[in-house]
Amino acid sequence: MSDSVDSAAVSADSMGLAAKPESGQSGTVVRSTVMRRLLKNPMGIASLVILVTIAALAILAPLIAPFEENFANISKTLAAPDSVNIMGTDSAGRDTWSRLLFGAQLTLLSALLCAGVAIAIGLPAGLIAGYYAGKFEAVSNWVVSILMSLPGLIVLLTIRAAFGPSVWISMIAFGVLISPSYFRLTRTAVQSVRNELYVDAARVSGLSDLSIIARHIFSVVRAPIIIQTAAIAGVAIAIQSGLEFLGLGDPTKATWGVMLSEGFKNVYLTPTLLLWPALAMALTIGGLVLLGNAIRDALEDGEKIKHRKKRALATAESTTPAPAKARQSRKSVAAVDAGTEHHLVKVTNLGVGYPQADGSIKKVVDDVSFHVDRGEILGIVGESGSGKSQTAFSILGLLPDNARIVGGSIQFDGNYTVAPGDDRVSQERLSKLRGKRISYIPQEPMSNLDPAFTIGYQLVTPMVRVLGVSKAEARQRALKLLTDVGIANPERTFNAYPHEVSGGMAQRVLIAGAISCEPDLVIADEPTTALDVTVQADVLDLLRELQQRLNIGVILVTHNFGVVADLCDRVAVMQNGRLVEEGTVREILRNPKEPYTQTLLRSMLEGKTPMTMLVSKAGSAAQSGSAAQKEPVA
Amino acid sequence: MSASLDSSQKSPLLSVENLVVEYPSKRFRAKPFRALTDINITIGQGETLGLVGESGSGKTTLGRAVLGLAPVTAGKVIFEGNDISNASRKERRTLSRDLQVVFQDPYTSLNPALEIGDILAEPLGVQGMAPAAAKKRVKELLDQVGLPTDAIHRLPREFSGGQRQRVAIARALALSPKLIVCDEPVSALDLSTQARVLDLFLQIQKDTGVSYLFVSHDLDVVRHISHRVAVMYHGEIVEQGPAEVVTRDPEHPYTQRLLLASPVPDPDRQEQRRADRHRLLANQHSQTEQQGAVA
Repeated sequence: MSDSVDSAAVSADSMGLAAKPESGQSGTVVRSTVMRRLLKNPMGIASLVILVTIAALAILAPLIAPFEENFANISKTLAAPDSVNIMGTDSAGRDTWSRLLFGAQLTLLSALLCAGVAIAIGLPAGLIAGYYAGKFEAVSNWVVSILMSLPGLIVLLTIRAAFGPSVWISMIAFGVLISPSYFRLTRTAVQSVRNELYVDAARVSGLSDLSIIARHIFSVVRAPIIIQTAAIAGVAIAIQSGLEFLGLGDPTKATWGVMLSEGFKNVYLTPTLLLWPALAMALTIGGLVLLGNAIRDALEDGEKIKHRKKRALATAESTTPAPAKARQSRKSVAAVDAGTEHHLVKVTNLGVGYPQADGSIKKVVDDVSFHVDRGEILGIVGESGSGKSQTAFSILGLLPDNARIVGGSIQFDGNYTVAPGDDRVSQERLSKLRGKRISYIPQEPMSNLDPAFTIGYQLVTPMVRVLGVSKAEARQRALKLLTDVGIANPERTFNAYPHEVSGGMAQRVLIAGAISCEPDLVIADEPTTALDVTVQADVLDLLRELQQRLNIGVILVTHNFGVVADLCDRVAVMQNGRLVEEGTVREILRNPKEPYTQTLLRSMLEGKTPMTMLVSKAGSAAQSGSAAQKEPVA
Repeated sequence: MSASLDSSQKSPLLSVENLVVEYPSKRFRAKPFRALTDINITIGQGETLGLVGESGSGKTTLGRAVLGLAPVTAGKVIFEGNDISNASRKERRTLSRDLQVVFQDPYTSLNPALEIGDILAEPLGVQGMAPAAAKKRVKELLDQVGLPTDAIHRLPREFSGGQRQRVAIARALALSPKLIVCDEPVSALDLSTQARVLDLFLQIQKDTGVSYLFVSHDLDVVRHISHRVAVMYHGEIVEQGPAEVVTRDPEHPYTQRLLLASPVPDPDRQEQRRADRHRLLANQHSQTEQQGAVA
């Protein structure tokens, strides 16, 4: 199943949440501009230098070129470089350096023209089609399909035959031919934000469509358009030069393509004639492609941090004290402390952290200890960023790759899965347990079923692999499980695809999957959060009934005290990665000792007088925007 | 309670009459999908109508129809005596002074590319307010929702979920509207954050006399904040009345199920509620069977 992938995403998400308050409250957030980030990137600055130099040479060509582009010195053909002709001359005695400069002018202008035409057609059409959809989109899709099915080169040849050898006409034609790439890019980008709530909010504010597109939608399209233009300009140069190379250009104009063709004819006599235009083209096109990449990097904020993280990680890895590695590679695992073997799961002083860019480790779970016995349900309660999911994932061994166990141990049924001193969860030990003895019920039922396979297939395959039963046997068991989890028509659900069943049904299927291999421990991560309240009640009933019948241990991660009261025997409350309080469900819910637990319980709406303030005091809040209302600095 | 009594004597701020919303089907000549059937609600000045129902019940669609974001197939949406069910964009612009929205997801309801100050100034600019005056108003708004003034030059991603929801509330308040449609505004928030944001909604109503159409799937939230409650089920309103009555002693079988399905934070009372729920389900089951037999 896709569990592991999804859970990695989930935990990455909860990491993000954990990090948020910090970035939000620091107050000294520096946002560098895109330009500054571009200039900091060596690739960006190199490509910019190349392109600016070439552009400057092209503009200044009439001033700095020693000769006219077509000035021919018949007495000095195919000459080697000397002090007068610094790059030599071609077969007609024309100065290569001068022609290269004038050629740059024409080549760059034609690339700009081509990109300009393509943008002028593709961008507005894409914006309109993406934003309004409907008939315009349908028609323009047809036009685009026709344009894309045309053989470009043949069209260009035909146009050349009809209108004569003009660089400008062929580049306009090529711009039209290539405009679908802008159209598609724009339309897709617009479609992805068209239904965003902030666009709806702008509509409610009464903004005209034009202002909405300009303010809220164009900003999404801008970056990809710039990147695309860098690529398109490169393609335009290549195509234009290709046409010239074939001899279809204007023979009176110097372009890189014509020079390439000239050099090709004389390749045995003067190979350097081929070198110069080829070099100019390679530099220009390469510069454009690199610039595109650099702009993309500069626009994507996160990219940088990720790279640095990786590097920091690599150094951290190399500086990890040797003993830790030695311990990890050791074959035999230390025995657990005597007298604790009977606990199904025991977590001792667990710490989980993520290496940061500056080399420090950000702890998301810190010094957490608890245990779960057979036939017992432990609830882990906390708000987002409290580390409750990270704790659950470290028991499952599904932490993201860059996560580190920074302290403590985890033992399952008398054996360590994380021995004291390990800095990673041992996948070797856990992969034998996961799915067989430890199973997992995720939060989002729909995203944890693969839409490409039937529900039956997704239930049968793990059983065949893990239990080693035959397919027919597994099918029988799957149908029985589906009946057990309260599905009225198991046969039909078995043959259905995930999108054909409701969210509550999908969660029942996942619960069936979780108990299919008769586990000892089930870890349920917010198993009812995505469900309707009435469905939640049914799923809770199901979980309780199965847990009692199979006598399994359950770790239930949730933020809902109602769910805790409904299911759990014991509760652990977490805040900012630490375990605040642990006890039986009655103790914690009725007489919480810690102020944090008391605050959480006070925030519950059940039993409160409607229309009264919950946490802020009415008196102080009356003075508009009082301090009592301000979000506490976490 | 007094607010709702006053409002029932005057003509209501918003009244929705026999509203039907249908979405055209994607398939050729197929029957359109009916999202709302024959909806009738009213909201008075300074009153909160809570709208509760499960996912797909049409509660969000009703909010969107009032805002002009969902197509009105039949019926009327009357705001301050004018039918706004098919208002043009220009009429909407005038209307936006009085009718605003707070969406569920504080992560996608704010444009990530705009600074908080620009987001808050947008509705002010549409109404033609000068930039200097708009800036002053933005500061007032931030103060009103309990955010620091230096938030103006920050981007949405620098804020937590609760703080973003405060920004979204500030944007809705910018033009001092008479009615705010709140579409699950606290569902994405943590428990303690939810409590603070609910306090904020109540405080704002006390200070400004604004009315709310408060959409939520959570009966506890709706009970806490509403004067009256309407329960939606399969695109229809199945029950409507004073919050105390609907959320404590409901008549419709669905509302009864909903009430007993929401768990209470005490193991023994929850066990009691669970037993009550099972009894109710068994009763309702046998009733439908009897009805089936009679029919």
